Amino acid sequence: MRRILLAAAAALACTASAIAADPPRDLPAISQERLLEAMKRSFNYERLTPELRARLEQDEMQRLCTEYRNDPPAEVADRIMKAALESVVFPADGKFLGDWRRGERLSLDGHGLRMRDDPRRGVGGNCYACHQMAPQELSYGTLGPSLLQYGKVRDFDPEAIRDAYVKIYNSNATVACSTMPRYGAQKILSIEDITHILAFLFDRESPVNKE
Amino acid sequence: MRGSLWAFGAAVGAVIAVSTGLAQSDNPVEEYRRMLADPFANPGYLFVDEGERLWTEKRGPKNASLEQCDLGLGPGVLEGAYAQLPRYFADVDKVMDAESRIVHCMVTLQGFDEAEIRRRAFSTRDRKSELEALVSFVAEKSAGQRFSIPLTHPKEKEAYALGEAIFYRRAGPFDFSCATCHSNEQARIRLQELANLRKNQEAIGAVATWPAYRTSHETVRTLQHRMFDCFWQMRMPDMGHGSEVSIALITFLTKNAEGGEIVAPAIKR
Repeated sequence: MRRILLAAAAALACTASAIAADPPRDLPAISQERLLEAMKRSFNYERLTPELRARLEQDEMQRLCTEYRNDPPAEVADRIMKAALESVVFPADGKFLGDWRRGERLSLDGHGLRMRDDPRRGVGGNCYACHQMAPQELSYGTLGPSLLQYGKVRDFDPEAIRDAYVKIYNSNATVACSTMPRYGAQKILSIEDITHILAFLFDRESPVNKE
Repeated sequence: MRGSLWAFGAAVGAVIAVSTGLAQSDNPVEEYRRMLADPFANPGYLFVDEGERLWTEKRGPKNASLEQCDLGLGPGVLEGAYAQLPRYFADVDKVMDAESRIVHCMVTLQGFDEAEIRRRAFSTRDRKSELEALVSFVAEKSAGQRFSIPLTHPKEKEAYALGEAIFYRRAGPFDFSCATCHSNEQARIRLQELANLRKNQEAIGAVATWPAYRTSHETVRTLQHRMFDCFWQMRMPDMGHGSEVSIALITFLTKNAEGGEIVAPAIKR
């Protein structure tokens, strides 16, 4: 039996490791300036609003994480994490947990910030695109880890709540070059929205923490 | 006539969408493949026919057909041309993908206005794209052939290198790059499985199945549209049709899909 399993695993590994076709040789180097020029030309930079123009440019974190393909050397990683931590603004009233029902809605909502999205409809967190959260919701992505029972397995610890706030506000404070958007630092969500999502993760009544 | 063809396409699409959901089959993947292979069940073939008409009819300010269009293998050679695009074209000193080259021919041979073609490149609810039909026709002439782009000219190599650099470039309010979603093993966005476009087999599954009739869009979509739509989801501004970035990315992805058998027009959600 074990042998069959091993053979099956080996077969799977072979299929999975089918590597990309050999890349062409003698490729020219593409400088950051060349790349930015191509982006500007291709996205009609001259005709864009300042807010949209900024989306084509890179900030420090984006530039470094692109340069190191999200695997920066230790000193660069430290620099990114330190700057990210300094960017975090905490709730003025010190209350981290908002309304879990509103947090659930924000977690489901993927609307906002795309071209032609209606600004009156607001911006969602779209957490379910990448994370499992409440057990009842089956349409969840797997780019990020499962967050099932998130608060419960952390004993609803205030320290863990604060850590999660920092992670959502600026994911790079926790992991340099994180895949997750920097919801607070990039002004995708408001501080209040983040406290609602935290409540969805940490409220004892939230479905995330139920069986 | 055009309107009724359109309506028919939409109706067939709806029937397929319904029958896909209800299909009783022991092997849904086989069932899906069988449907893809049936030219009478895939509305994409209506676009192939429409594309053939647009290709052969004398049209435009110059009252000419596209039959002398050079897609890289010589004027008028259609068979296998799509399988070898993007490539360098000496007459414009640029790398072009299939769509850009067709636009080029519509401008030079027929005298159409380039900006106007590009403005209408993607069908909307009330305006049908001629380009989607033309790309379907041209791509179908390479159905069953395998992708093999030249990538020998310095500008072709530059396009590949630029495409690769863009693939990893993080930007925008969400910090996304193409690699954010398309360089992982077995990952999903919600229930949508994501291809690892750095790997040959997965790149083939993604790239070799465009152009495709999209049941949710009720029209054929192309690789240019796929690039445009990804940037839209990434919260980036609108990518220009036939832009340098689009051709560079398509060059990079098509090379990653090297050897992949072209399924065109395919049918997708």
